[in-house]
Amino acid sequence: MSLAAPLSSVHDLELRSLVKRFGAHTAVNQLSVAVSRGQFFSILGPSGCGKTTLLRMIAGFIAADSGDIEIGGLNMRDVAPNRRPVNMVFQQLALFPMMSVADNVAFGLARRGMARAERQHRAEAMLERVGLGGSGQKRVDEMSGGQRQRVAIARSLVLEPTLLLLDEPLGALDLKLREHMKVELKQLQAAFGTTFVYITHDQSEALVLSDQVAVMNQGRFEQVGTPQELYYSPKTPFVAGFVGNNNAVHGQVVAVDAHIVTVKSAFGWTVRGKSNAPVTVGREATVFIRPEAVVLARHAADLPTAWPAHQAVVESLLFDGANSAVLVKESSGQSLRLALPQTGAFADLRPGEALFFAFDPTQAVCFTTAHE
Amino acid sequence: MNDGVQSARWVTRLSLFLLLAPAVLWLSALILIPHLDLAVLSLRERIGPRQYSVSVAQYKTFFAEPLYWHIFVRTAIMSIVATGLTLLLAFPVAWIIAKVLSGRASSLLFVICLIPFWISETVRTLGWMILLRESGVLPHVLVLLGLTQQPIEMLYHDATILVGLVYTSLLFMVVPLVGSFESLDNSLIEAASDLGASSRAILTKIIIPHAAPGMTAGCIVVFMLTLGNYLTPTLLGGKNSQWFTEQIYTQFITRFNWEQGAALGFLLLALSTLLVWAGLKLSGQRFSDVMRRA
Repeated sequence: MSLAAPLSSVHDLELRSLVKRFGAHTAVNQLSVAVSRGQFFSILGPSGCGKTTLLRMIAGFIAADSGDIEIGGLNMRDVAPNRRPVNMVFQQLALFPMMSVADNVAFGLARRGMARAERQHRAEAMLERVGLGGSGQKRVDEMSGGQRQRVAIARSLVLEPTLLLLDEPLGALDLKLREHMKVELKQLQAAFGTTFVYITHDQSEALVLSDQVAVMNQGRFEQVGTPQELYYSPKTPFVAGFVGNNNAVHGQVVAVDAHIVTVKSAFGWTVRGKSNAPVTVGREATVFIRPEAVVLARHAADLPTAWPAHQAVVESLLFDGANSAVLVKESSGQSLRLALPQTGAFADLRPGEALFFAFDPTQAVCFTTAHE
Repeated sequence: MNDGVQSARWVTRLSLFLLLAPAVLWLSALILIPHLDLAVLSLRERIGPRQYSVSVAQYKTFFAEPLYWHIFVRTAIMSIVATGLTLLLAFPVAWIIAKVLSGRASSLLFVICLIPFWISETVRTLGWMILLRESGVLPHVLVLLGLTQQPIEMLYHDATILVGLVYTSLLFMVVPLVGSFESLDNSLIEAASDLGASSRAILTKIIIPHAAPGMTAGCIVVFMLTLGNYLTPTLLGGKNSQWFTEQIYTQFITRFNWEQGAALGFLLLALSTLLVWAGLKLSGQRFSDVMRRA
């Protein structure tokens, strides 16, 4: 079948105007996207955004109301899940407890009618590739969480699918193992070159693993781009708020200078940010300031002179090693979360201390609040 | 101090004893004592008025008399067939209750399976007789529909006995199966389908292996109930039923030959034990796993 697919098709997955409704609720709303061959593509969104529905539609467990799904250039309309060139790694893994690890991996091959010797050989080779050589005869419940994860992936990849779907597969693991499996997943994907479609609500997983990320909200893709694009130039307020930590400052536009917009918040704080769309004075707007884009100083004179300086009082400290932050109240009364630098320069900071900070206005995105 | 500890220990022992007492009484009074007595009965022979000697003559009679043998084997085969039919019928019913329907509809179907058991077995079986006898409802309907010239006797066939036995046993198969199916994670079925399994492969590779302990538990219960059933085969099969429990009844009540009846009772116990053991061996199940599901 794969030989019959047109050679020009470099998209392993293409969705066109896909719609799925459950009663009055539209779970997936006019989605279109194309995923190139060999990509690690993530769909990032809060729970209830429709990402699981979308994944299950691609796998074939849910039928679309309208629109098309093409996998490897072939239209998947009316193709049953067991006939699609797609395999899925389930959230709870769904390994078969009644079978050995090797039989789990060989299950799909057996369904294709492959001879026993050949499929055992292939299953063993696949287990070897995912670092589980010699574990074939173990029972599933004898494996650790990380090993089961690899069995689930091996069980799918042994079938050489066009597309591997992963439904929040790291969700059930503890933090340490999750960090470890992130690296492992990325290496596996690079080694096999299979196109991965990965859904998660964890932005760190999406940013670390992906070539492309689609941020999904209320059944739509807010933005599709590289992790860097999403982080540095979010296209919508939702993406700015969802990807990474962000301080949202709401207010009214008081001045516009080319792309740099000056916004006065409800507290009376004037901040400057960059807008990619034309803005007029008087509009409601939100400026997003990343905690890690801010430079801190104990004296105003130590701040970069090119950026406007702000003054604040420390409210509380959130020490978390490399992710340490400080909650401050800007002199107008606006609360902000600012990242502490890793140098240890502020290790002795105490609540109640005065602090100065500044940030590059071109690093703070500004969106007008949609109305009219 | 020491006295306090001693008396506390004594109270613990007494309460444990009192808690266990009903179970111990029940086991010894209803199972152990009658069976010991039956064992003694079966191993003696009447050699004169009120004179008995120890002998295995009762067991010898069983092996020497082809009629007993015939009925013994027939009862076993019919019971196995009834168990198999019950399993075939209960499987889809239990699947629908556990996986297809949910909430009220599922409970309703379950209650429908339960309702026949609100009526005593005798009345239920008499109900079948009213439906199936020559002057009964079903033969009459068949004549009205023009399917038969005159009313046919639908009682006293093996098929009739099987219908009655399956009807009586259905619930005891449905309950463990529903439990088994409910514990099956739906994502396993989806995963199997995702890996290319057909419905048939999902059934044989995922559902049946998962439900095997529940299926075996249901089969054991149904088989035991069927093998030891007296009323259904006797009423629906009449003279043709040739059920082994009927032979035991005849020995005890009609012939007043308690010794022979006791020996036949023990042989039935041995038969059911042997067949259950063979069934467990054949299906590769462990008795302890199975009983947890029952």
